[in-house]
Amino acid sequence: MTFTIPIENGNGVKDAEADSQRTLYPYVTGTSVVAIKYKDGILMASDMGGSYGSTLRYKNIERMKAIGKHSLLGASGEISDFQEILRYLDELTLNDNMWDDGNSLGPKEVHNYLTRVMYNRRNKFNPLWNTLVLGGVKNGEKYLGMVSMIGVSFEDNHVATGFGNHLARPILRDEWREDLSFEEGVKLLEKCMRVLLYRDRSAINKLQIAKMTEEGVTVSEPYSLKTFWEFKAFTNPTVGAEGS
Amino acid sequence: MFRNQYDTDVTTWSPTGRLFQVEYAMEAVKQGSAAIGLRSRSHVVLACVNKAQSELSSHQRKIFKVDDHIGVAIAGLTADGRVLSRYMRSESINHSFTYESPLPVGRLVVHLADKAQVCTQRSWKRPYGVGLLVGGLDESGAHLYYNCPSGNYFEYQAFAIGSRSQAAKTYLERRFESFGDSSREDLIKDAILAVRETLQGETLKSSLCTVAILGVDEPFHFLDQEAIQKVIDTFEKVPEEEEGEDEAGEGEAEAAAAAPAEQGGAGAGDQDVAPMEM
Repeated sequence: MTFTIPIENGNGVKDAEADSQRTLYPYVTGTSVVAIKYKDGILMASDMGGSYGSTLRYKNIERMKAIGKHSLLGASGEISDFQEILRYLDELTLNDNMWDDGNSLGPKEVHNYLTRVMYNRRNKFNPLWNTLVLGGVKNGEKYLGMVSMIGVSFEDNHVATGFGNHLARPILRDEWREDLSFEEGVKLLEKCMRVLLYRDRSAINKLQIAKMTEEGVTVSEPYSLKTFWEFKAFTNPTVGAEGS
Repeated sequence: MFRNQYDTDVTTWSPTGRLFQVEYAMEAVKQGSAAIGLRSRSHVVLACVNKAQSELSSHQRKIFKVDDHIGVAIAGLTADGRVLSRYMRSESINHSFTYESPLPVGRLVVHLADKAQVCTQRSWKRPYGVGLLVGGLDESGAHLYYNCPSGNYFEYQAFAIGSRSQAAKTYLERRFESFGDSSREDLIKDAILAVRETLQGETLKSSLCTVAILGVDEPFHFLDQEAIQKVIDTFEKVPEEEEGEDEAGEGEAEAAAAAPAEQGGAGAGDQDVAPMEM
């Protein structure tokens, strides 16, 4: 998949140079991020894997980072682009802190800033190859939103990226409630992450869960989920299938 | 006059460390018709005197909406004021677009002040000849700032600028301690009373003043003539002879005391504190 536009002209070398300036495909990628609103704030989960194509090359990548006092950013997609975004946000939060005037950037402001960045890059045919999840709590208000690599942006009570959209969100649509306690929220996220672990080949069994409340943002230590691989459906997957 | 030697351009210091061009710009603010601002914890009221060139013409607009949560009243060269208002609107709307959140007024006044400072340090520019009373909201509530041509800005509970503003300032000085907890209606009434002070004897009519208000749950808007007249009617009915004379007497005494002091200061030349220290 490339983002080049075929133009018939004699500028072969110049086009090649211009092309080398724009994003064509991702190299080291992270897989799904899943996040939900719960009673006291936001919970977000992601694993710590970085795939190099089909190889699971890196197993200690933190794909969720705190932004300022009130927000947390999770990303799937190209890891180097995520790191670039963190640098932009670093600059943003630094300037915001330097004002030292009692005003601070909340999750809504960060989300909109990221939407502008992602959309403008897309317009230049040089996208940051990420799907971002931005959550946080400020002044008692919970915020959870998502921005894609083409600048599509929205807020919701539960969001997921990549495979999470197909595997986790149906679970969340059935089982999410406004007043989930912390323990119930974690159990719900672990259920989603377990399904992703079984079914997404880029997922690894080493995940972190982050919690955002009015008090602040904490990211848990990495841990693993208990898995069971002896389900009959796993040992004999084609039993009862058409044509078997 | 003594100070004419060093006042040719803005990038020349006087031997006593003053920039006369900047001080002259601040004189221009004093020539403009009065503008008044006051704030409570949750609201800011801006009011000004409508001055028309002649009976045939309309009056100049001196209060501008910058955003739903920020308004500005100007005194001095109104053309400069319009340009700066346009800049403020632009900054505000750009911030709203990028962050979907209102620009904190404290940050806007710093941008404005930095812009004014540039004009005090370029030989091919001149300072803006307008003083701005900026009222607006941020996370900590309502604020009122005064931006002057020198590039300085100050936060105020209440302030007045322009010609005969000293009378209004005296009135405000007596009452400012109660403004913080004032109700919206009392704040408007105080603003109109302060405007009355600057008229010094002329009967106060709603056609002579413009009033605008903004608050935590109230976007910036102008009060219409009827609303202003209603407020005027509440205090014009009170037996005005004693109250009016007392205030007018005090106002005149203050103005009389202030005027020779200012003239004396100017005459003495470089000995005084420069007006931009105000």
